Amino acid sequence: MSNTGSKREGSTLNIGALREGVVLDHIRAGYAMTIYKYLKLDKLECTVAIIKNAQSNKMGRKDIIKIEAPVETLDLDVLGFVDHNITVNVIKNNEIVEKRALKLPKQVVNIIRCKNPRCITSVESALDQVFVLADEEKEIYRCRYCEEMYHPKIRK
Amino acid sequence: MALRHLMSPLDLTVDETTRLLDLAYDMELHPETYAHICEGKRLATLFFEPSTRTRLSFEAAMMNLGGKVLGFSSADSSSAAKGETVGDTMRIVSCYADICAMRHPKEGAPLVASMRSMVPVINAGDGGHQHPTQTLTDLLTIRSLKGRLDHLKVGLCGDLKFGRTVHSLISALSRWEDISFVLISPEELKVPGYVREALNAKNIPYTEVVKLDEDTMAGLDVLYMTRVQKERFFNEEDYVRMKDFYILDREKMKLAPKDMYVLHPLPRVNEISVEVDDDPRAAYFYQAQCGVYVRMALILTLLGMAPEHI
Repeated sequence: MSNTGSKREGSTLNIGALREGVVLDHIRAGYAMTIYKYLKLDKLECTVAIIKNAQSNKMGRKDIIKIEAPVETLDLDVLGFVDHNITVNVIKNNEIVEKRALKLPKQVVNIIRCKNPRCITSVESALDQVFVLADEEKEIYRCRYCEEMYHPKIRK
Repeated sequence: MALRHLMSPLDLTVDETTRLLDLAYDMELHPETYAHICEGKRLATLFFEPSTRTRLSFEAAMMNLGGKVLGFSSADSSSAAKGETVGDTMRIVSCYADICAMRHPKEGAPLVASMRSMVPVINAGDGGHQHPTQTLTDLLTIRSLKGRLDHLKVGLCGDLKFGRTVHSLISALSRWEDISFVLISPEELKVPGYVREALNAKNIPYTEVVKLDEDTMAGLDVLYMTRVQKERFFNEEDYVRMKDFYILDREKMKLAPKDMYVLHPLPRVNEISVEVDDDPRAAYFYQAQCGVYVRMALILTLLGMAPEHI
């Protein structure tokens, strides 16, 4: 399989294999660009492939992102926050050598903004936007300052 | 002693709350013992929005302890008007005072202040978020009148949707044993879902009713009345419809249990008729007095000066 080329395989579009890097699998269909944004993949110099609406036995349709960079360059906390059901496959020498489990981070800083117009962060822009995991089971985060609830949209 | 602040009533454990209330009660009984204990100490009252009652009770509390007060009573007369951040204001005030009480219209502002402060910060109300000294006042009043905070049936009446004092009191009281609630409100002003969920999660019994009548009041130890706040409504029509929904008058009090005390965070509008003031069960002015004792106890505790034996 070519590392750069792409070809049709039945109804599946196959974008080159990855020799070394990370494959984010089982992204909910339509959310690849959201993940791209949260992980700030536009800032990376490496090759990034986004596959939309791939067929999936488990999900019907799914998105996949392939990143030609070491797993350490990615903020997995953010990924866990956005969708902890995503599979993180670490690839070395064309093989999956590790599957990283994602979990909800205890807090996220400057990933989302508090939408409460009465929150102090609405008038003091220099403050970090901090959200703390308040209920792991219900996947609820709260603004550290005003306790406004945030439920990551992607998992709804 | 590590620097401690008070942002929410739940920042204090049940034990710490009990000790604080014990101290406040001792202050009520023996004010002279504490009259000079804070000599040479200063309380800064940083009120970025006006609240005469809360500010004066903090100032009275510090004066009762022999300390001094300084501060401002609106954002216009502070450097916030020049664009200074809350954190910077607090950092500066830390150089002038030993402890600070802050009210701010923005939620979380006192927490931001505490992160920059070198002295204890007390949240004296941040928007619709927290007002811990009101809750501690309510707890002290109930305990002083009933002699306990467990085994109580507490009725809360009026605006249970927007009233932060109600939500806060429910969560604070829920930490004691055998508490049950009767939630009395119009359909439009029922407690928010999260309050109900928290009660369900702790298996705390409660009923929700619309009418404030003899059946509703039966067995109540405390009836906590609240004001329907005009600023919570988008249109005048809804407010007018709701504001006189409950009026506790002498006739209604005749139907209430003999040992049911009436509390109200004040100010009241129409919800408690003036004629009820003379009823020995009307406890809302005593509650205001308790507010001073509890703030005295809190100031002393956060300064690390609370006597060991209490």
